[in-house]
Amino acid sequence: MFEKEVHPFSNYLRSAMIPHIWCPGCGNGIVVNCFIHALDELQKDLDKLVVISGIGCIGRTAGYINADSFHTTHGRAIAFATGVKLANPELEVAVISGDGDLFAIGGNHFIHAARRNIGIKVICANNFNYGMTGGQQGPTTPIEALTTTTPYGNIELPFNLVHLAAASGATYVARWTTLHVRRLTQSFKRMLQKEGFCFIEVITPCPEIFGRRNKMKTGLEMMEWFRRASVVENFSDPAKAEIMPEKIVVGEFVNVEKVSYEKLLHEKIAKINEKRMKW
Amino acid sequence: MSEKRALLTGAHFMNGDVACAEGAIAAGCRFFAGYPITPATEIAEHLSERMPEFGGIYIQMEDEIASIAAVIGASYAGLKAMTATSGPGFSLMQENIGLAVMTETPCVIVDIMRGGPSTGQPTLPGQQDVMQAKWGSHGDYGIIALAPSSVQEMFDLTIEAFNLSETYRVPTLLMADEVVAHMWERVVIPSSSKIKIVNRKRPHGSPNKYMPFMPDDDMVPPIACFGEGYRFHATGLTHDEHGYPKTQSSEVQSKLVRRLCEKVSKSSDKIIRIEEVMLEDAEVAVVAYGIVARSALSAVRRARKAGIKAGLLRLITLWPFPEAHVAKAAQQAKAMVVPEMNCGQMVREVERAAKGTPVNFVSKLGEDPHTPMEILEAMRRNS
Amino acid sequence: MPERIRHKPLGLEKVKHPKAEIHLIVDQCKGCGYCIQYCPKKVLEESRDINARGVYPPRIVDESKCVICSFCTAVCPDFAIFVVEKPCKETC
Repeated sequence: MFEKEVHPFSNYLRSAMIPHIWCPGCGNGIVVNCFIHALDELQKDLDKLVVISGIGCIGRTAGYINADSFHTTHGRAIAFATGVKLANPELEVAVISGDGDLFAIGGNHFIHAARRNIGIKVICANNFNYGMTGGQQGPTTPIEALTTTTPYGNIELPFNLVHLAAASGATYVARWTTLHVRRLTQSFKRMLQKEGFCFIEVITPCPEIFGRRNKMKTGLEMMEWFRRASVVENFSDPAKAEIMPEKIVVGEFVNVEKVSYEKLLHEKIAKINEKRMKW
Repeated sequence: MSEKRALLTGAHFMNGDVACAEGAIAAGCRFFAGYPITPATEIAEHLSERMPEFGGIYIQMEDEIASIAAVIGASYAGLKAMTATSGPGFSLMQENIGLAVMTETPCVIVDIMRGGPSTGQPTLPGQQDVMQAKWGSHGDYGIIALAPSSVQEMFDLTIEAFNLSETYRVPTLLMADEVVAHMWERVVIPSSSKIKIVNRKRPHGSPNKYMPFMPDDDMVPPIACFGEGYRFHATGLTHDEHGYPKTQSSEVQSKLVRRLCEKVSKSSDKIIRIEEVMLEDAEVAVVAYGIVARSALSAVRRARKAGIKAGLLRLITLWPFPEAHVAKAAQQAKAMVVPEMNCGQMVREVERAAKGTPVNFVSKLGEDPHTPMEILEAMRRNS
Repeated sequence: MPERIRHKPLGLEKVKHPKAEIHLIVDQCKGCGYCIQYCPKKVLEESRDINARGVYPPRIVDESKCVICSFCTAVCPDFAIFVVEKPCKETC
């Protein structure tokens, strides 16, 4: 009789919800795997971790990780996370969501949270489309890509997410693909030890929905695209970090020190009350 | 930084918005996220000044949607949280109000009603959002909405709103109008021993047995907060008692949605508050709320002087609708008069509850609330 | 990567390999093929038998070739494979 195999990360996952709903080859599982790996290496106290996600395939992550978690309405994960972090700055607040959720409907919340430098950690699983609803165009869909709402090829220029994050004021910005598992894990670790608003874009394969329509119908074909095209250019100009069929610029782009909003707020409150005591 | 600064016990002369803000502080609200909008801006401005005095958090978010989302987040992180807005912002917040209902988040949302629809009359009163209070978000759900008529009630009912939201784990709405929000009256803030504060039910038992949506006998589940080791999940998707999404089961959907409705409706006798003035022998019963009830009170007194057996049923709770009270007044009255600053909203509920007793609607839009004479005229026509 | 296999001590003729224990949670695998494709030592191949999900999970070709790089563990989206090091005795 074989003993039932128990994965070393099973404590980090809610056993009642595993196996997850993600398609074969979907990169979301790799994002979660590397994130858990980082938590494990840092021996993070899971009782102080809050995982918040939006709507989308990656949005199911909040249900899978064995920590306090919340699955919000579409696009609002970052605003919700702001409330959580301000109410209890001791909590480690991670937002794990998708390209459409964070940058289309949620775009406004993203730029303001980055501007404020609120200490939440945002992980974007960028699969270039709205996978959960069947594969519509999104704000990161590449030019000429075929999606269910761009059946003749996309003509909208996509966002450069790392450029947007850097320009909005994030203290840590990185982009990796799901093939760069080790560097991604290292980036997660760095992010979890950093003060302020951090952003990591993870380019993930969506073979069933996006890849299939764009000549990469298996996960392996998408990962091979990542392998062929990705170039590590650490601390290069994020404005020039493009994602093209022949070149995907990855790396760490921003890593600066800046006081977080919640620290500034508490300092301000303390100062105000100091003045009052002196009356 | 001291909690003593929080409660400003004593008599004050203040406007409704400020009274509402002080009521929130007295209730233990320590998180406010908002966005400027006439005529609710003063609530935000006052709290931006007051919150730091006792370590409360104030943040101006980038829009109303972010405000209500942050409020839900802060509530789940353990703080009593509130936002305040007016019609346009209230419309924006509906989706997340639905999220608060679905995740049973205690929180307070203040809507200072102005002329609508759309941008409407930002500086003038209206009562056009009262149906939206009940039906604004998609789906079926129960919600509680209160309508203050005075500046003192702006203070008192804000505390009541917090207590109700904590008791029933439901977002509670304070539907005030621009006049009550901007007028200045005397407010008495009692000492802390005289203020009743209700805090949310906490879980009993060990964290690994905790089920965030398993109700007690009162249909309300105890609520844990983030960071205490409960490691629970909450989602806007249809979910089971564990909080995990269970979107394919009609049994789960039925159980959950009906409980969200009945949690409020079955406790309506404990929730509902009304005021009855000279209603015992009234032949013409006026049903009113908000600033209009102030005019209605004056009208009822004048009517009595003129020999009309008038009475006033003032709705303090709008939702759940005080059906039984309206039905009782309708039974003995020959006619009912419902003045509202809209095209007919609560009057529909009154008609429904009145079961045949003639109901006369007095509509007024724009500028001023009904004058007592306008309501008296309607009573004369129907006596 | 275990410390001792990165440095070859002077005078040692044979590098001591760590012994790998590859664990497959067969019915959790969705057959994406990432572990098979990206194993640097080609330790895995597609199995000829389908699992309970109806896909072909990996099959261990030669466990002794595994160097415990753990790439498969990290790249598996389904937590269906992991590698641990067998406790090392004098003779390994």
